[in-house]
Amino acid sequence: MSSDTLDAARPAVELEGITKRFPGVVANHDIRISVRQGTVHAIVGENGAGKSTLMKILYGMQKPDEGTIKVDGKDVSFRSPSDAIDAGIGMVHQHFMLADNFTVLENIVLGAEPTKAGRLDVGAATKRITELAAAHGLRVDPGRLVEDLGVGDRQRVEILKVLYRGARILILDEPTAVLVPQEVDELFQNLRELTAEGLTVIFISHKLDEVLDIADEITVIRRGTTVASVDPHEVTARQLAELMVGSELPTPETRESTVTDTVMLKVSHLTMEADGHRAAPKGMPVERYVDLLREEGRRLLLDDVSFDIHKGEILGLAGVEGNGQSELIEAIMGIRPAHGGIALGEQDLSGWSTLRRREAGIGYIPEDRHRQGLLLEASLWENRVLGHQTRRPARSGIWINRRASRADTWRIIEDYDVRTPGVDTLALALSGGNQQKLIVGREMSGEPLFLIAAHPTRGVDVGAQAAIWDHLREARAAGLAVLLISADLDELIGLSDCIQVIYRGRLVAALDPSDITPERLGGYMTGAIAGTEES
Amino acid sequence: MPAGLNRALFTVAGAAVAIVLAIAICSVAIVAAGADPLAAFAAFFDFGASARSQSNGIAAFLNRAVPLFIAGLAVAVGFRMNLFNIGVEGQYRLAAICAAYVGSTFTAPKPIQITVIILVAAVVGGLYALIPAVMKVTRGVNEVIATIMLNYIAINLTSYLVRGPFAGQRAEGELTTTTPDLPESAMFPNLNFFFDWFGVLPPTRGGGVWGFLLVAVVLGLVVWVVLERTRFGFDVKASGLNGPAALASGVNPKTMVIAAMVMSGAIAGLIGLPEILGDRGAFNSNFTPGLGFLGIAVALLGRNKPVGIAIAALLFAFLDRAQGALQIAEVPPSVITIIQGVIVLLVVVANEVTNRLALRLEERRAARQLGRNSPVEVGA
Repeated sequence: MSSDTLDAARPAVELEGITKRFPGVVANHDIRISVRQGTVHAIVGENGAGKSTLMKILYGMQKPDEGTIKVDGKDVSFRSPSDAIDAGIGMVHQHFMLADNFTVLENIVLGAEPTKAGRLDVGAATKRITELAAAHGLRVDPGRLVEDLGVGDRQRVEILKVLYRGARILILDEPTAVLVPQEVDELFQNLRELTAEGLTVIFISHKLDEVLDIADEITVIRRGTTVASVDPHEVTARQLAELMVGSELPTPETRESTVTDTVMLKVSHLTMEADGHRAAPKGMPVERYVDLLREEGRRLLLDDVSFDIHKGEILGLAGVEGNGQSELIEAIMGIRPAHGGIALGEQDLSGWSTLRRREAGIGYIPEDRHRQGLLLEASLWENRVLGHQTRRPARSGIWINRRASRADTWRIIEDYDVRTPGVDTLALALSGGNQQKLIVGREMSGEPLFLIAAHPTRGVDVGAQAAIWDHLREARAAGLAVLLISADLDELIGLSDCIQVIYRGRLVAALDPSDITPERLGGYMTGAIAGTEES
Repeated sequence: MPAGLNRALFTVAGAAVAIVLAIAICSVAIVAAGADPLAAFAAFFDFGASARSQSNGIAAFLNRAVPLFIAGLAVAVGFRMNLFNIGVEGQYRLAAICAAYVGSTFTAPKPIQITVIILVAAVVGGLYALIPAVMKVTRGVNEVIATIMLNYIAINLTSYLVRGPFAGQRAEGELTTTTPDLPESAMFPNLNFFFDWFGVLPPTRGGGVWGFLLVAVVLGLVVWVVLERTRFGFDVKASGLNGPAALASGVNPKTMVIAAMVMSGAIAGLIGLPEILGDRGAFNSNFTPGLGFLGIAVALLGRNKPVGIAIAALLFAFLDRAQGALQIAEVPPSVITIIQGVIVLLVVVANEVTNRLALRLEERRAARQLGRNSPVEVGA
């Protein structure tokens, strides 16, 4: 069942010169990919490299500005996903799109139901699904409710759903992100069977080991364009990582340590329930309450998280996305209630509103700048005011001080090298890097004591990245305490004075960045090394 | 500020195109109704033959515009932060009857009497809007549903109040029920002297040009200042443009919902006052209904900005005034409703289109000024 015998096969999918422009963000530029039929073709790249946009184009969710798509040698132009489905392309999304209160069968046939006399033909549907499942080694029970299924089963349902619609080319978007290792093995087994039967799989991931394990061919995307097509047998994970990140990347080295003895931010026993915040009983210490929650078997998004950040220290928080980072940020910012203590300097912040915490000196560079950081349809100076409505220079009494805000926006534009025609330009007209520099400049103004920097260089160009790193370093040298959250391990290792690893809402390891490799860090992040984890 | 000017020009151009298109579409409707479109459009500008009827026409036009403007403002305050206060209708009716009743129970010097009546109306409107706001904040009830339901309650409550607890003397053989008459000190002086300045005969019908016009102008200015220049206005704008970003920047969404809703309701409370204080002197069963719903259309047309709302209110009032003239020209007056509906629909569409065009242009302009062809940055 090796794919080597299929070398002569014509390409199932060919992308030529695909370009997609979005205002202000790195999208796709001159993408060239050729996927042979009957193979697993992996597309790898960092977060924000343009993988998702590319897949949306291939699945008809977005139209490319330039370039051609060929499926089985024929030129195609998709206006919607149903066009793509007609051409035999199916997509398994990272986030499952299943109706929990339907059975497996109902979910699979949904939208393409076989009917007999106007009613769902359960018999025919069951027969086809069982045949499909048997043919591809995807075991499922068509009668079960989806809400009773585990993650791996749900994924198989998603794959079957796509196959049921006659797909010959499957796109899997980060399929392993939600799976445990055994489930990953099972998935890969399924994928091999699919390709053995002549189906084609496009596998999107940034997990290099998995890619090397499953792929027959790898295309690397960096900054929106394809930089290399490689054979997995001829590259190492290290080489692949270099291709992904690019060798021209500036290194985020922090020089001498500026860490002081003064604790700036103290987080103690921070705990957050998954199913809504309920106040702890009066007089019960948080530690006891956390134990109680654990005994009740409640799922915790944050599980007894404690750490200190000193003046002049950058604490890096490593972790696979979705392990509690967003919740930790929201708890510190006071956006979402949590148990436990948060203290800034001498002040206890727990119970304070977001506004008071900001006024007390917390800056926040959000992970998604379009969602949490900017008013895209407002001018730059109004974006400068955002989060500083209650402080000088933006405020004077009940008024917004427009003149002072404008002047201070010019200061940020100059100090942080924001490329813009002026302060009245709308934020959406700026490129991603310039938007981010504006946010960094804004959050650094008003002399913050503590800064949360969540993915501060995600989706920005190399020049802006270097500038943002410089600003973080300068601020650190000036005594700022920083919590740095990043998916870019080089950035974490290079900038941080200390690295904590978060896994399933718990801090599982505290590491010294000077003697750690991305590989070891990755081990902790996926729970592979920290053997002390309870299941 | 060329960037802002550019956007404003686009908005105006879009609205103009929408109105021209609306006229074209309505001509078709008028022809279908068996009338002559030219006669119909002439009727809109026909304010009557005599000098007196012309000034009456102008008065009717302005008197119609004032409540529409206030209604538009009330709706716009909510719209600015994506709150759909459909309850303006109920809020203004309830506020009007309460203010009319309270005003009839005492007599004070004119400024005090009128101020108290205005305050009562604003407080009642604000409190009635507080109900859906609290329901939304504490229980997540959608304000659209809550305010629609509260409209029914308010409408029926007012018809009960005007017949029962708040009913005044009814003359023998009189069919309309009414609250007790307001004292003379509660009546807002009219603006008929304005006509004298120009040497034109002052209007006589419907109490002349209502003085509440001035209150409406001041109110428009205050709303503009609050929304465009204050911290509160900034928070409203931020919440409307991007809720998660406002939250992360320290704006408390619950406080904002309550504040915006109450402000909207308080303004809504004033909608009925021009009519009561300018002409009728009481709340009776002939009180003008439907202004709250029209306010939604006016706010949409005026793009939630006080100046735009003023223009929209004047346009709607201009169309409404032609009721009689159209009948004389043998055109069904329901043509007016068609024109209004078509204009609102087209303006909403035109807004969307011009907005996108303006944003696209702005991006291009920014990119050009920075000496690049495209805003996309691509590595080697």
